[in-house]
Amino acid sequence: MAHDAGGLPNTFTKLLIRNAELFGSRPAMRHKDLGIWQTWTWGETLENVRAYAAGLHRLGVNRGDTIAIVGANRPKLYWSVMAAQMIGAIPVPVYADAVAEELRFVLAHAEVRFAAVEDQEQVDKIQSVQDRLPKLERMIYDETRGLRDYDHTRLNSIGSVIDDGRKTLAADPALRQWLDAEIENGKGSDPSIILYTSGTTGASKGVVLTNERSIAAAADTVRFDHLGENDVALAYLPLAWVGDHYLNYAQGMVAGFCMACPENADTAMSDLREIGPTFYFAPPRTLELLLTRVMIRMEDAGLLKRKIFHYFLGVARRYGEAILDRRPVPLPGRLLYWLGDILVYGPLKNVLGFSRVRTAYTAGEAIGPDLFAFYRSIGLNLKQLYGQTEAFLYVTAQPDGAIFSDTVGPACPNVDIKINENGEVLFKSPGMFTGYFKDDGKTAEVMTPDGYVKTGDAGFFDEKTGQLKIIDRAKDVGHLVNGALFAPKYIENKLKFYPNIREVVALGDKREFVTAMINIDLTAVGSWAERNNVVYASYQELAGHPLVYEMIAKHVDEVNRSLAQDKMMAGAQIHRFLILHKELDADDGELTRTQKVRRGFIAERYSPLITALYDGSKEADISTQVTFEDGRQGTISARVKIHDMQPAPAALEKAA
Amino acid sequence: MRATGGPDIAVGDVLLSVENVSLAFGGVKAVSDVSFDIRKGEIRAIIGPNGAGKTSMLNVINGFYQPQHGRITFKGATRSKMRPYEAAEGGIARTFQNVALFRGMTALDNIMAGRTLKMRKNFVWQLLRHGPALREEVEHRHAVEAIIDFLKIQEIRRTPVGRLPYGLQKRVELGRALAMEPELLLLDEPMAGMNLEEKEDMSRFILDVNDHFGTTIALIEHDMGVVMDLSDRVVVLDHGIKIADGTPDEVRSDQKVIDAYLGVAH
Repeated sequence: MAHDAGGLPNTFTKLLIRNAELFGSRPAMRHKDLGIWQTWTWGETLENVRAYAAGLHRLGVNRGDTIAIVGANRPKLYWSVMAAQMIGAIPVPVYADAVAEELRFVLAHAEVRFAAVEDQEQVDKIQSVQDRLPKLERMIYDETRGLRDYDHTRLNSIGSVIDDGRKTLAADPALRQWLDAEIENGKGSDPSIILYTSGTTGASKGVVLTNERSIAAAADTVRFDHLGENDVALAYLPLAWVGDHYLNYAQGMVAGFCMACPENADTAMSDLREIGPTFYFAPPRTLELLLTRVMIRMEDAGLLKRKIFHYFLGVARRYGEAILDRRPVPLPGRLLYWLGDILVYGPLKNVLGFSRVRTAYTAGEAIGPDLFAFYRSIGLNLKQLYGQTEAFLYVTAQPDGAIFSDTVGPACPNVDIKINENGEVLFKSPGMFTGYFKDDGKTAEVMTPDGYVKTGDAGFFDEKTGQLKIIDRAKDVGHLVNGALFAPKYIENKLKFYPNIREVVALGDKREFVTAMINIDLTAVGSWAERNNVVYASYQELAGHPLVYEMIAKHVDEVNRSLAQDKMMAGAQIHRFLILHKELDADDGELTRTQKVRRGFIAERYSPLITALYDGSKEADISTQVTFEDGRQGTISARVKIHDMQPAPAALEKAA
Repeated sequence: MRATGGPDIAVGDVLLSVENVSLAFGGVKAVSDVSFDIRKGEIRAIIGPNGAGKTSMLNVINGFYQPQHGRITFKGATRSKMRPYEAAEGGIARTFQNVALFRGMTALDNIMAGRTLKMRKNFVWQLLRHGPALREEVEHRHAVEAIIDFLKIQEIRRTPVGRLPYGLQKRVELGRALAMEPELLLLDEPMAGMNLEEKEDMSRFILDVNDHFGTTIALIEHDMGVVMDLSDRVVVLDHGIKIADGTPDEVRSDQKVIDAYLGVAH
């Protein structure tokens, strides 16, 4: 599967050395610390990583060992990845917000001997399950705060490991030679990282990726999107997610661009503005959140500003995308758009931190067409890609100028796609994984005999555009009792486009009709409540408010009408819905760490509500366990009302 | 972090002692004949039912009120009269029961205000904003950023505090007090009006301040659970009179304290 990566070195470590030679004094990494952006050049990064690698070796890390990396996007954790790779150890990033039990699962499964963690919180979490992690020998941490009085027999700070390595390297030529030899010994076929999948369908699996395949894949997309050493990306996506490792780490290493780490998760928005990245990725949910925030703040603006804003958004809707795609636009349209750019789009993009973005991607979920069009119309070159951890991200991506909101683009360079007889998408790609860690059975399940990987997604190639279209998870697409097609995600996405609705679970497979469980968006509905003098004391109370039900019912009605327009979907209109009393949460296992709904689990957990949705009752009692951030558990009980809908006329004819 | 002036006092020695202090407003006796001490490096709680004289006691310690009787010894120096700014210069910082921040200023500027006493250049230099004054400001900004990092409030650095939720305002106020690098930190109901999560955060910060900077802390608090978990020693006031003094366990089992809190049949 090795294919030409344009004469690039075959390991990440050798890439790092190349970058230090080619772009030695250019920034490799930035991190905002104590309010100031700190910068490390490629030269400094290499020097630090060498020292770190030597320090790790002195602590007993060997070739082939696995090292867990737990924490937010911070230079020292990225260096941990690089240092591990330098001496042939395999980094295993884990989601920083994983609760102790999830952490334990991954650390135990990956058999890690060492863990590089961010701070006291992570140290505490791992120590709470350490007695069930016999292989774990030592933790090293970045942030020293609060850890001073801990027993340091099995604990070191990353800073001290680097210092130790640096001193020993300087004093001991044999160690230098050993390290150089280790780097030279690194093979392209060595595993470079193990990424655990988020586990939409059960326990997460460790996806093993190799140096040469990762580099080959990244080289293809760096070329595809014309990335170079002058680009900048904000590394704010979870470290353990393939997106961050690919888009920022692998592409950054291949292109030599600068990766900026935000001060902390809450400052990412303002850090984005300060850094002004040129390459940007955001899942649809983030884009939605940004838009909601902008719209809410516009509501508070003066009348004149509001009028200008909405007028020029109208102009952008009409001409913006055409201008972005370089299609012909009448002169008055161009002039108006130009004026709008000065008055509205430019400042708006500046506030959002998008002023310098050349290429932006979104993926992970289907994106609402209006949401997608909004960003594109104000001049953000937003495109869609489709990918998987098993592919080392990219399977398809939209090229500049051929962008559609309901497709995900043609196959990426050197990627082979086919659709099997069940409508499932299969691929073969340069970056594809070598297997699931310690799980040949699962690996065999997803690989076809001719070397393709099954994605588990149902899709087809759109005839008009030639691009791939993903409908839903293959196993989620179902039918109503009367045979009408039921694609839950399709309905959910339509609802989720309303800012007031945060999450939806649609039900209907093998049922008489479609129902929905809805999560309101606290920011949007809360702001609406404030404006309309609706008094509430808690999320639960707001969610159950009759006026909120009325408002959501209006949205559901609109969605029903739009479903009625579509021949295939008209039978899948929502007949009954309820508003959930609590937010679906990854800590409770209801969402994956990448914020995707786990249907099976939810169906089980909320079964009393689902029964009530179908037995005609007007309300139902539910009591659920919740897990707090510190791991403690509590219960929330509520009586949830159920609202009946009048399906739009077209559907009635269909059903009859 | 070390405050200016005064002899060095070893951890565990008496940092401040209050002897036979009485304070009355007209005919109302707020504090009568109260004595206790605060040792260096400890977390000392002053508790009591409403109107027990806790805040009055704190105001006496930092010189806001002048007691009619009694003596206060801070770092070996005895005084009967002191003004708040003298207390501040001596290394006593405080926060207030009702948040007292500059609402129109950003969190950063509010905390920077806590450094005022540390500024050495006069205001003419500061107006010029060059040379020594600028260097000084950079130094102070660095100290303030360390506090912002410590309290994890980076994301509100530039937000006017009036727009912040209450829990965060409390945190900024703690930040401003910390900016003085105090030897003794007085906290007047640091958790009042907070939800459980905010209380836990604040408790963590108080413990961290004590551990990290070695700051001696005296705090007033209503939430008994919090007090018992946080403090090394507790003094209990009721109607201006000291009714108990000791470790949390001793105080918890003291019959007078139980009566004061739960009421007693007469």
